[in-house]
Amino acid sequence: MRTIFAICKRELLSFFVSPIAYFVITGFTLLVGFFFFNYLAFFARMYEMSQMMAFRGGGELPNLNQMVIEGLYQTILVILVFLVPLLTMRVIAEEKRRGTFELLITSPVSISEIVLGKFLGLAAVLTLMLLVSGLFPLLLIVYGSPEIPPIVSGFFGVLLCGLSFASIGMAVSSLTENQIVAGVSSMVVLLLLYVIQAPAETMGGNAATVLRYLSPIEQVQDLLRGVISIKSITYFLSVTALGLFLSQRALEAHRWR
Amino acid sequence: MIEVSELSKTYGDYSAVSNVSFSAIKGDVVGFLGPNGAGKTTTIRMLATYLPPSSGRASIAGFDVVEQADEVRRRIGYLPENPPLYPEMTVREYLKFIAEIKGVPRMHIQSRIAEVLEQCFITEVRNKLCQHLSRGYRQRVGLAQAIIHDPEVIILDEPTSGLDPKQIIDIRKLIRSLGESHTVLLSTHILPEVSMVCNKVVIISNGRVVIESALGDLTKEKDLEQIFIESVSKEDEVASDGSSQAA
Repeated sequence: MRTIFAICKRELLSFFVSPIAYFVITGFTLLVGFFFFNYLAFFARMYEMSQMMAFRGGGELPNLNQMVIEGLYQTILVILVFLVPLLTMRVIAEEKRRGTFELLITSPVSISEIVLGKFLGLAAVLTLMLLVSGLFPLLLIVYGSPEIPPIVSGFFGVLLCGLSFASIGMAVSSLTENQIVAGVSSMVVLLLLYVIQAPAETMGGNAATVLRYLSPIEQVQDLLRGVISIKSITYFLSVTALGLFLSQRALEAHRWR
Repeated sequence: MIEVSELSKTYGDYSAVSNVSFSAIKGDVVGFLGPNGAGKTTTIRMLATYLPPSSGRASIAGFDVVEQADEVRRRIGYLPENPPLYPEMTVREYLKFIAEIKGVPRMHIQSRIAEVLEQCFITEVRNKLCQHLSRGYRQRVGLAQAIIHDPEVIILDEPTSGLDPKQIIDIRKLIRSLGESHTVLLSTHILPEVSMVCNKVVIISNGRVVIESALGDLTKEKDLEQIFIESVSKEDEVASDGSSQAA
């Protein structure tokens, strides 16, 4: 437990002493802010139009939750596909390149402790990053009247999805000592996972069901709409656990090469 | 303390280390000598539980390096060829991290850090980032890292490379004093270093041990340099004979 904590602390120190964490968090917030502005402007325009329609006796007012917050969360998921690999690519690859991996391996620390410590560090950075972007829905709560539960459950869903992405990124980073290779490969894997349900449209049948089940985007929808779905939570926790397990196996294999 | 018997490491057809055997008891400072590429680092990595041996056995403090690797890891201090530093940490932060993962009890961490800072002559750089240290300082921080948990066996891969003459003298003194209560395995290709620091010599060449002897016995008649050159070139002849016969 103590070693996990020590490794996590060191990981956070690396993130915040080097410029990586600041750049990723700033870039992320900038992108999310831009999309937030766009969704909000679009919502305002729609609202005006439908008010005019309502005046003539028809039309429905657009829903703030659906249009702005859900839209924003969907966009954040896309941004995560590209930004999470930038956070995870160095996590293990860099240790291998610097030779500090040899130090960790020859210390009385188990591989699982190394993997868990590093993942906790990543999870903390990711959570911080998402909390900063939580500022935008917060603005809506202050100045508007959205439903709060879907905002919270949606945030939770995005976080779960981000954590599963991070564990996949870490597994890829454990396989190489080249950070660029780690970054590009995780991006490819995450992007594939992101669109994995695409062939389901044309395939139909059991295969389609499986693909839809595997898709993090399909899985997260319930949470974005305010439904706490045990199935989705289980899915994300399983993917995260799988990523951690694969990282552990990859590093263990390195030990016995 | 260190028992190595018929240790081998092969990569496909290439044999990096073959049937290396030697031993060391508590209080020994063993000079592990050999030309570049002789298999010193590979052997050391196997002893430090970083690489698994292809065959043979090795034990440290009575624990097998494969089956009881965790017990071995608790008892060794290891300085790899390139000091494994984290550039973005200060020396003090780094040593604290190492003490934590090596299992130094929490209440002793600060005092152990102060001790090794002094022992390795790095007190004045304790608040500097590792990335700003010169080669000599990095090497000594690496050494501090290897002894912070007061291990029974200390394994050093070329500990004096990159140091200036004054630092070399200091570090040799330190290694000699460590040898009084620990077992030290020291790889090097600097021969005078061995005569000054070690009480035992193991010379390997082409992955084989050619000489294992107490330093005093060995240097009665000839000096170490002569012995080294002879044993290494003899081995080369054997190796080239072997290959020409095979051809």
